[in-house]
This record gives sequence, C-alpha cells and structure tokens, in this order.
Amino acid sequence: MSQVPQITRIQELIYELPIERVMTKNVITVSPDTTMSELKEILRINRISGTPVVEGGRLVGIISIEDLIKALEKGDIHAPVRERMSTRIITVQANESVVEAVKKFAQYKVGRLPVVNEHGDLVGILTGGDITRGLLEAIGLDYHAEEISRYRARHIFEDIVSDQTGLILRYHIKPRDFTGGGSASSKIKRALDRLGAPPLIQRRVAIAAYEAEMNLIIHTDNGGELIAEIQPEVIRIVATDNGPGIADIEQAMQPGFSTAPNWIRELGFGAGMGLANIKKCSDSMKLESQVGVGTRLEIVIRIQPVMSSGNATRPSEGQEKQETS
Amino acid sequence: MKLRDIIRVVEGKVLTEGVNLDMEISCAAGADLMSDVLAFAKPNALLLTGLVNPQVVRTAEMADIAAIVFVRGKMPGPETIALAKEKGIPLIAAPYTMFEMCGRLYEAGMASCDLDTKQE
Repeated sequence: MSQVPQITRIQELIYELPIERVMTKNVITVSPDTTMSELKEILRINRISGTPVVEGGRLVGIISIEDLIKALEKGDIHAPVRERMSTRIITVQANESVVEAVKKFAQYKVGRLPVVNEHGDLVGILTGGDITRGLLEAIGLDYHAEEISRYRARHIFEDIVSDQTGLILRYHIKPRDFTGGGSASSKIKRALDRLGAPPLIQRRVAIAAYEAEMNLIIHTDNGGELIAEIQPEVIRIVATDNGPGIADIEQAMQPGFSTAPNWIRELGFGAGMGLANIKKCSDSMKLESQVGVGTRLEIVIRIQPVMSSGNATRPSEGQEKQETS
Repeated sequence: MKLRDIIRVVEGKVLTEGVNLDMEISCAAGADLMSDVLAFAKPNALLLTGLVNPQVVRTAEMADIAAIVFVRGKMPGPETIALAKEKGIPLIAAPYTMFEMCGRLYEAGMASCDLDTKQE
C-alpha cells in the first residue's frame, strides 16, 4: 500500500549505484587515423552514435554522429577523425555514483561520457540509455531481493526441522502508553504477513493481540509482556502482567462490563468489548488472574489449511454471535 | 464505490498525500468505539469516526480497514497523520455530522458493513 516510494527509491539508487554498474564495458573505439568514412561504417554496424578516440591506450578525443554530419556537409568525408574530433573530453570515474554522470550530462549537454578508472584508463562508456537501463535493472533486483526474502520467510518452517518449531516474538508493553499502543500488535501482524499466513488469520491474530495489548496499557500498574508464539499450525498469544489483577473474571468477560477510566473511554476504548472481541477472534482463550498478583491471558488461533470450498467456519463461531455492537 | 466518489459525496479533503483515489471500498461503518470497529469491520471497509487519535489508525490497520473519514471537520494531530502515512491508510476530513455523512453515503449507494451475525 505504499504510494510514493518508487520515486525516492530511484533517487536513492542514483546516489547508491556506481557508474561501473551501469556503463557499457565493451567500448568500441577508433584511432585518430581512422577516416570519417570508416567511422560512418563503424557507427552504422555497431548502431552507436559516437565513440571515444584512443591513441596508444590514451583517450585523446571523442567523435560523434554530429561531427560526421558536419564532415559530410563540408565534403570532408575522407578526413581523418583526428581533424574532426572534439578534444574537450569530459569523463567520469568508474567508482563515482551515477548522480555525478547525471550532473555532467545536464551541465555539458553531451550525449556520452567516457568512463575512466583511477589511472585514467578508458574502462567504459556511459549514455543516458545506460543509466535508464541500469536503474531499471537495479529496481528489478531490489524487487527480486524482496521476493526472495518473502519466499524465505514463508518457508522458514519447512527449512528448519524439529519436532516442534516455533517462532517467539516478545514485546514489553508500557503502562498508559496510549500513543504507542498497538505497535507490538502491528509488528506481529507484519511478521505473520512475512511468514505467509492467510489474511483472515493475520486479521484475527492482530485484533486479538491489539485488544490484549490495549488492556495491558489501560489496566496494568507496570505494563506487561505480549508474546506471540508462531508455529506452522497454531498461533498462541500470551499477555502477562503483575497487577492489579481481575477480581471477578466472569464479570470481566461480560460484554459491556468495564473498569476503564473516563479518559480512556473518551479515546474510544474501555467499553468492555475487548475480552469479548478477543474471544470472538480466537479458537480458545484462557484468562487467569489473582488480585494483587497479576493476570495471564492466553489466546490460541489455529491456522487451518486453505480449503478449496469456502467452509472455513471457526470453532468459536456459532457460540459467540451475540456480542457485537 | 471508489474512494474518489466517496470524497466527492462527503465533500471531504484528503489529509494524506499520494492516495490511490481509485481504491475500491466494499462497505462503510460509523463508530466511535474502537472495539466495535474491531468487531464488525470487514477488509476494504471505510470507517467514519469522530475520534482523531492515533489508535484510530492502529485499529484500521489491525482490521484491514481501507480508509478513514473524520466527521464534523475534525482534524487529526500530526502523530495520527504520520502513522496513517506509514501504514498507507488514507485519511479524509469532511464537514458534516456522522448522521449526515452516513445518510449521504447510503443515498449514493454505499453498502453497510454487516455484522457477522447477519452473515450465513
């Protein structure tokens, strides 16, 4: 659901990518003694519009199709390149970032930039087309890398074999941290997404974890811990704290019963629906508490194999239908 | 209904730039109780609310809500907007009351998010 990142990613890449990653390495060169007529054939056969001029391994000039046209106009087609080439050579370094080349293209209005190494040897050539291609390729690689990392996350449980493999995510929840509330549940949801859990499961876990997280924020003296244990077939969320504890669990489970203070109600929470919501999202739920000692809430959500027909009715459904609104 | 049409109907203003206005919204719900939202919301739903704190965005994130409309011209603070941008959830401010807003959308053909109890 990201909207702007494409542009910023390209901007980043322009700074990140070294010129040597995008330049053309097999440079076609001509010697200063090559005739303009021979140059015409070299440009035509290789389908290029210009080339560096090299003499004794040194870059001595650059000649382009424009120089060729001018030579043709003057009937100078048999002149050596030496007489028609441009000797104002603007080069870029292979290890500089692409942005340096972009700047030089804009500043000097040239069509190509010879690329040299730290010793001044010609190692490549760069055109606007090379930059475009290089960026497209890098974006493609980025995308591919993201796909691979997603693929790996999805297959983690197949790769790591044990009698019971599980991934444990543990979060410390601060009391009364209303603004930061939900960030742990958000991370759990994202982890499930990376692991390839079905969207409905992600949603049920996220809602249950979020209600549990908000309970720790709203009701506890010292905050608590939110733990998600992810196994291939089951997800267990455990919220624990060390007080104040719940006096009457049965009453706490009643939809609408709440001990939340007014300020929290004004923020849209504390209506006594949290535990009911958690129960609705879970396959099983266990709430244990002792006043003055603490509370432990355990939520289990099973990941059912994806079925071909739409009969994924949850065990808890059917019993829990009254407690909405 | 497309988000673009919803914004027109409620005369809303988009508070988060870079929004996909062609996003398809499946149904709408109005609530000021976040637990209610968590209980009834469907994926790709629109939430109408009078609350503007960051937890509205968190709630939307957990429940896969597609976009949020704030009623009565209420403006969320920078924290709420920043979180919405991070999570890619469009925020819209609109001038009318919750009642009027629901009426306008219902009249324009927007479906209601049915409760689970009414399904099946």
